[in-house]
Amino acid sequence: MSELTVHLWAGLRRFTGGHEVVTVEASTIGKMLDALVEAYPGLGPILEAGISVAVDGEIINGGRHRPLSPSNEIYLMQRMKGG
Amino acid sequence: MPKDEIKDFRLVGTRPNRPDGLDKVTGRARYGADITAPGMLWGAVLRSPHAHAKILKIDTSKAEALSGVKAVVTRADFPTGLTGEDWNLQENTMAGEKALYDGHAIAAVAATSSQIAQEAVRLIEVEYEVLPHVTDVDDAIKPDAPVIREGAADATVPEGMPPNVVKYFEFGRGDVDAGFKDADLVMERTYKTEATHQGYIEPHACLGQLGADGKGEMWVCTQGQWYIRQMCSAVLGLNAAQLRVTPSEIGGGFGGKTTIFMEPLSLALSQKAGGRPVKIVMSRSEVLRATGPTASASMDVKIGMTKDGKLTAARAEFRMQGGAFPGAPVDMALYCCLAPYKIDNVEHIGYDVLANRPKCAAYRAPGSPMGAFAVESLIDEMCRKLDLDPMDVRLKNAVREGDQASYGPTFGSIGLAEVLEATAKHPNLSAPLGPNQGRGVASGYWFNHSGETSVSLAISEDGNAQVSVGTPDIGGSRASIALMVAETLGIAYEDVRVNVVETGSLGVNEPTHGSRATFASGKAATVAARAAIKEMCRRAANEWGIDEEAVEWVEGAAQPAGPNAGEFPPMSIKEIAKNMGKTGGPISGHHESVPEGVGASFGCHVVDVEVDPETGHTKILRYLVVQDAGRAIHPSYVEGQYQGGAVQGIGWALNEEYVYGDDGRLQNPIFLDYRMPVASDLPMIDTQIVEVPNPGHPFGVRGVGETGITPPLPAIANAIQGATGVRMSHLPMTPTKVLAALKASQE
Amino acid sequence: MSKIHVTTVVNGDEVEFLADPRETLLDCLRDHLGLTGSKEGCGTGDCGACSVTVDGVLISSCLMLGVEAQGKKIETIEGMANGEELHPLQRKFIEHAALQCGFCTPGILVAAKALLEKNPDPTETEVRYWLAGNLCRCTGYDKIIRAVMDAASEMRGAA
Repeated sequence: MSELTVHLWAGLRRFTGGHEVVTVEASTIGKMLDALVEAYPGLGPILEAGISVAVDGEIINGGRHRPLSPSNEIYLMQRMKGG
Repeated sequence: MPKDEIKDFRLVGTRPNRPDGLDKVTGRARYGADITAPGMLWGAVLRSPHAHAKILKIDTSKAEALSGVKAVVTRADFPTGLTGEDWNLQENTMAGEKALYDGHAIAAVAATSSQIAQEAVRLIEVEYEVLPHVTDVDDAIKPDAPVIREGAADATVPEGMPPNVVKYFEFGRGDVDAGFKDADLVMERTYKTEATHQGYIEPHACLGQLGADGKGEMWVCTQGQWYIRQMCSAVLGLNAAQLRVTPSEIGGGFGGKTTIFMEPLSLALSQKAGGRPVKIVMSRSEVLRATGPTASASMDVKIGMTKDGKLTAARAEFRMQGGAFPGAPVDMALYCCLAPYKIDNVEHIGYDVLANRPKCAAYRAPGSPMGAFAVESLIDEMCRKLDLDPMDVRLKNAVREGDQASYGPTFGSIGLAEVLEATAKHPNLSAPLGPNQGRGVASGYWFNHSGETSVSLAISEDGNAQVSVGTPDIGGSRASIALMVAETLGIAYEDVRVNVVETGSLGVNEPTHGSRATFASGKAATVAARAAIKEMCRRAANEWGIDEEAVEWVEGAAQPAGPNAGEFPPMSIKEIAKNMGKTGGPISGHHESVPEGVGASFGCHVVDVEVDPETGHTKILRYLVVQDAGRAIHPSYVEGQYQGGAVQGIGWALNEEYVYGDDGRLQNPIFLDYRMPVASDLPMIDTQIVEVPNPGHPFGVRGVGETGITPPLPAIANAIQGATGVRMSHLPMTPTKVLAALKASQE
Repeated sequence: MSKIHVTTVVNGDEVEFLADPRETLLDCLRDHLGLTGSKEGCGTGDCGACSVTVDGVLISSCLMLGVEAQGKKIETIEGMANGEELHPLQRKFIEHAALQCGFCTPGILVAAKALLEKNPDPTETEVRYWLAGNLCRCTGYDKIIRAVMDAASEMRGAA
C-alpha cells in the first residue's frame, strides 16, 4: 500500500470537502477507486456509473488490477466513448 | 514503437487490394437486409407522431385480426424493473408511459409479408394525451421548460439546476481571471451547432429469431455484435450466451451502429410468433426520426491572447441536448476543444440536457467537432484581429510530448507539431486566392480508444493463416489486419484470411468504434501470431532435437538461432503446418485483453472556399487534410478515412441539420431534405499522412477514423470569414444564413 | 391485394415473378429474384444505391413498380462482370480503394457504367455531376472519381 495522489474533476469537489486533488492509500486502480468511495461516499454513484482513469497520460478503461505507485500521475476522467 | 525504430516493412505500408473487394463490386456482399430464412416473417413498427405525449391506450385488436399477422408487441411484453442505461435502452426501444420524441416506437407487428405488416401497423389505435414539448437546447435548459423525465438527473447535478439538466461537469486548472488579465485581447462568443445524422447509406436491418427456450439467433448490421447481444439480452431479460449474434457486412456506421434500436423488437416478435424468424428493415425516414443523430450544442467560449499570439486563458461553457435520454457528449467536447493548445489557465463547464428528440448515438469523435467549432472559430477570429498567422499561432501554442493536456493528464507521444509543420509546408497553403475567396485552417483532436478485444488465429493445413476478429470491417480493417499478420508470420498477404465472426466464436469484443479496430484487433492479432510462431518454433526444435529457445523465426520459417544451435535447413511454415497433425495437433494463437498503449491523433485541415455574394452559397475550392496516423498500415484506407471524415464535416458545416417544426416533428426525414454532400459539391480531398509512431502498438498504429470530422466545421467558418469578412457562429452555414449575415454586415 | 404475374429479362435471363402491385422493382429484384446486389438506402430516389438500367436507361429501381418491368430488359450489378472477368470499373474500384463499406458501390458502378457508355471521355466535373445522384457517406468521393476516370481511360485505350 502506498499513498497515491489522485486528480478529480472540479465538479466532484462538493463530494470531497472542496478538494480537487486527494490522496488515498492503494496499490491498484481498483483499490484506489474503492478507497475513494470509502473516503468520500458521495463519489460512489459517479464512479459506479463508469469512469476512465488516466495513468501517466494513458486513458485506461477496465484496468482495475493495474498496479499504481506514488510516482504515477493519476486523473479520473469521464468514461471514454468513441464513434 | 519508438520514433527511431521506423523502418521499412515488407508489407505494412503497401496498398494491396482489399480481401472483400470482389464481393463488394459484384453485389455479392451480404448486408443486413440481404438475408432471408425459412419461415421468415416481416416486422414493422408503429411510431409516435407526437414529440411528447402520454400514451393512454393502445388497441392492437384490429391489427391482430388481420390475416397474415402473427404477432404484435408493445411495452407490456417487455420485462420490468430495469435501471440505468438498461432502462434507457428499453425505453428507447419501445415507449412506456410516454412517447418522448417524434418517431418513438409504440408497437411492432410481425406478418407474412412486408405489405401486411405495414397494413397492420396502420390498424393499431393509440390514444395520446399530447404534452408540451421542447426540442431546442437553449429552450430545454430553461427553468420552466417542459419536464421530460422527473428524477433523470444523476449525482453530478447540484440542487437547484433546471429540470432537464441530467448531468453537470466541470474541470479546469490555473487561474483564468488572472490569465485574462495577462492577455492583450480577450474575446467571448456564443456558438451553436445543430444535430446531424451519421447518414450511413444502409438503413438498420436485422433478422432475429428467439424460441420459447430462450435460445436465439440474430443477423444484424452492427458495429458490435457483442453490444447487440448484451443490450438485447438486458432489454428482454435473456441469457446472453444463449443469443448468438452474427454481424452482416455493414453499410456504414460512424458510431450510429454501436447500440440497439429495433433489434429487440425482432426477437420479441419472433418469440411471440412461435420462434419464426422476423426481419425488420428500417426505412430512411425511420432511420432519421428514430436512430441516433448527434447532439445539438450551444457553446460560450472566452479566450485571452497576447499580441504575439500566446494563449493565456480559456473558458468554455457548453450546453448539449442528446435527445430524451442522458448521454450528449458534452464531456468529450470539453476534453477535446482546447486539447491542441498548451495553456495554463482553463475552465470547462458542461450541461447534458434532455429534449424531445431521439436518443443521440455516437458519431465519429463524439463531441469533438462541436467543441472545435467554438474554440477554433474564436482563435481564428482573434488571429485576424491581431493580424497574426493562424498557423504560427497554432504552432506557437502547440502541445508536445510531456505537456499537460487541457483536460489534465500529461501527453505521451503525440504528433501535433509534426502535423502543423507539414501543413505549413503544403502547397495548398500558398495557392493564390481570387475575389470572394477565403482560406481557413483549424486543428482537431481525438483520443482514440482501445476496449475489450479478443482475437484468435489458426494455421491451416497448408501453412496459411485464418484470423477471427470481433470488430466488424467498416473501412478496410480486414486488409490492415491481414497485412500485420502476414508481416508478423512472414507469409504473403493473400495467404491470410481475416474473418469477422459471430458472438459464439470469441470472447467479448467491443464494437468497431473509437478508431480502435486496426489498433486493438491489429495488436491482438499480432500477439496471437507471435504465439503461433512460438509454437511453430517449438515443433521445429522437437523435430531437430534441440532446445526451443535455440530456434528463431525468420521470413516465414523456423531456423536454428545461431551456429551453436546446430546445422539444420530452415523449416517453412508450410512444412510445419503439413505435419502438425503428427507433431501435436492444431497450431494456433489467441489473445484477449483491453490492449494498452492507445495513441491519440491530431489533425489540421486547410480549406479554400468561394462565397457567392448573390446567393450566399459556399463552394469548396480546395481541401487539405493532414493527420498523424502513427503508422499507416494500408495508406489508401487511411486516406479514405481522412477524406470521408472531412466530407462528413463539410456536410455538418454547410448543409446538414435536423429541422424541427413548432409541432416538434422532424421536418426533413428524407435524403432530399436532409441534404448530405454529393460528388458535385466537392473537389478532390488532398491528404497528407504524418507518421509519428505510437510506442504502444507493434507497428505504431494510432487509429485514424475519427479526428478527420473535427476540423472542417471551424475551418470552413474561418474560410468564409476570409472570403466575406462575416463570422458565422451558427451551423449549418446555409446560403440563406450566409446571405442574411452578408446583408446585415452591409447595413 | 392479388398479385400480378410479370415476365421480364434480367441480366440476359428471362425471369418470372408474382408482384404485389405495391412492390417496387427493387423489392421484386431483391425479394422475388434474390438479386440483393441492388440496395435500398432511401426508398425515395435520392441515394442511388438501387440504380439499375431498364431498356438501357439508368433509373432508381425504388421509384419504379415491379409490375412495370413486364417485357423490359433490366441490367443490375449482378450482370456487370462477364463471368470471372470484372468490368474495368469494378477492377478499378478495388485498385483505387474506391469503396469502404461498399453499400453504395453497386449503384455507383451501374451509374458509372451508364455514363461511360454515353460519354467515354468525361471530364472530372462531368463524372461528379453524373454521380451526384449516388450518395456515398464513407469516401468523400475522391477515390470514386479517380477510379471512374481511370477506368474510362483504360477503356478508351482498349477500344
